[in-house]
Amino acid sequence: MRDTFAEVVGAALDTDPRLAVVLADISADRFAAAARRHPDRVVNLGIREQLMIGVAGGLALTGMRPVAHTFAPFLVERPFEQVKLDLGHQGAGAVLVSHGASYDGSHYGRTHMAPGDVALLDSLPGWTVHVPGHADEVGPMLRSALRGEGNVYVRLGERGNAAARPVGPELTTVRAGSARSSGVVVAVGPMLDRVLAATGDLDVTVAYAATVRPFDRAGLNRLAARAGQADVLVVEPYLAGTSAHEVAAALEDRRHRQRSLGVIRDTEVRGYGTPADHDRAHGLDVEGIAKQARDFFLLST
Amino acid sequence: MTTAPALTRYADLPALIGLMTGDEKHQIAADSTREVLWVLYDRVLNVSPQAADDPDRDRFLLSKGHGPAPYYAVLAAKGFLDLATLRSWAAFDSPLGHHPDATLVPGAEIGSGSLGHGLGLGVGTALGLRAQGRTGPRVFVLLGDGELDEGSNHEAIAAAGRLGLDNLTAVVVDNASATHGWPGGIDTRFSGEGWAALSAPGRDQSALHDALTTPHRGRPLAVIARVRPKG
Repeated sequence: MRDTFAEVVGAALDTDPRLAVVLADISADRFAAAARRHPDRVVNLGIREQLMIGVAGGLALTGMRPVAHTFAPFLVERPFEQVKLDLGHQGAGAVLVSHGASYDGSHYGRTHMAPGDVALLDSLPGWTVHVPGHADEVGPMLRSALRGEGNVYVRLGERGNAAARPVGPELTTVRAGSARSSGVVVAVGPMLDRVLAATGDLDVTVAYAATVRPFDRAGLNRLAARAGQADVLVVEPYLAGTSAHEVAAALEDRRHRQRSLGVIRDTEVRGYGTPADHDRAHGLDVEGIAKQARDFFLLST
Repeated sequence: MTTAPALTRYADLPALIGLMTGDEKHQIAADSTREVLWVLYDRVLNVSPQAADDPDRDRFLLSKGHGPAPYYAVLAAKGFLDLATLRSWAAFDSPLGHHPDATLVPGAEIGSGSLGHGLGLGVGTALGLRAQGRTGPRVFVLLGDGELDEGSNHEAIAAAGRLGLDNLTAVVVDNASATHGWPGGIDTRFSGEGWAALSAPGRDQSALHDALTTPHRGRPLAVIARVRPKG
C-alpha cells in the first residue's frame, strides 16, 4: 500500500501544480525522484512532525493541496494539537497518509503502534477517513482526496484482503444473509477476509467499509432492516468500539444490539513478535472473530 | 488642510482599544505588541481590505494570539474592521474574542491563542508562496519570548534557516517573560540556525521599521523587539 501511495502521489505531482508533499524522513527514499523533479513541492523537514502538520496548514492557506506522511503515531498522536488547530481550526485542508496501522510494526513495540488514530480524529469534525483493505483500493481513494479541499486521513497497512473491492462512501454488501438472518457484520478494510472466513457458516450479512468517516449510517440502517435481527457486529482494525457511536446513531430508530471488535482498549499489550501474534492477543484472528461472532449472535458453539 | 479620517492614526489606538474592555489578564502582552503591529500595518505590510484575498498580498500571522486588543485596534484603524465591531468584543456572537479566529476576523490570516503554532504555519505559507513562484509576498510571524519556549518553534526555526526561506520574517517581542530565559540572547538562537537576526527597541517605531526592512537575501529574518520586562 505504501508503494502504491508513493507511485500515485509521485505521478500526481507531475500533473497537478497545486499538490505538495511534506515528509519527516519516513518514506523520503520513495519520493526521492519526485523531489528531484519538484524540489519546491516535495519537502522533507527532517524528524519534525509538529512542523510537518503546521507546514501542511500553511501550504493549504496559500491554496495548495498538501499531503503529509509518516508512521501513524508520529502523524496523528505526536502533533495532535497541530492537526486540530493548524488544519481544521484554520479552515485549512490536508491529506494525511499514515503507515503502520495498529501494529504492522509489531516488532518495534508499543512506541510504533497507534490503534487510537481513528478514534482521535473522531474527536474532530469534518474528517474523511479511508481504511483501504487492498493496495488497489489506495489509488482511487487518494485521487479523490487529492482533488478535494477538506481534511482526509488515509490509513495504510501492510496486510489486507486477497482481492480489492469497489471503494466509495457506501457500505458494500459482500455476502447477503437471508430474511431470517442473525444480523449484520461490518468489516472495515483489512478485516474483510478474516470476517468472511470466521462467519462462513453463519446466516448473516457481511458488509465492507473502506471509508469509515463519514460513516454510511443510512446504508447500515437499510441492511439492519433487511436482516432477521437488527444485531450489528463491527470488526475494525483499530481500537474496539471506535465506530460504536456511528452504529448507535445509524440505528437510533430501531431496537438493536451491537458489539465492537477491534484492538482492545483496557490493556496495553506489551508484546513484540508478528502482527499475527497481536491479532491473536486481541481476538482479531479468524478463530477469535468466529468465537466472538457466535457469542454475539447467540448461536451455540 | 486635509485631515485623516477618524480613528485611523497611531494616536487613535488607545481610543480604539478603549472600545474593547475586560481583558486585564493579558494587558501586558497586549501593550507589548502595539508599536510592532502599527509599524507593520502602517509602513511594512503590503495588505489592505480591498486586497484581502490577493494571492500576492503580504501575510501577517499573529502567533501570539493572547492580548489581541491592539491587533484588533490596528485592523480597525486600517479599515479591516468596523469600529462598532470593537464594542462587541468577547460577546458570544462577536467575531472578536480573547484569541483571534481567522475564520471570523476580517484580515486575520490565522487563528491563534495556543502558543507555538504560528511559525510552523508561517514556514508552510512561505513554502507555498515559493512553490507557486510568488516571489513578491512576504510572510511575517509575530511571537512572544515566552511563546518561544514551545518546542514546535524550534522545529520551525531550524527548518526555515536550512531551507533558506528569505520570504519569512519572525518578529519576537521580548518582554523577558520566558521562565528560564534565553541565555546569550534570543537572536543567537535564530542566527545559529542560519537566520539573519537583529534586535531593536520595541517602542522605537523608526528602529523597528529599519529592522523589519533590513535586506536578508537567501536567509529568513528574525527581529527581536525588546520591551520593558513583564512583571
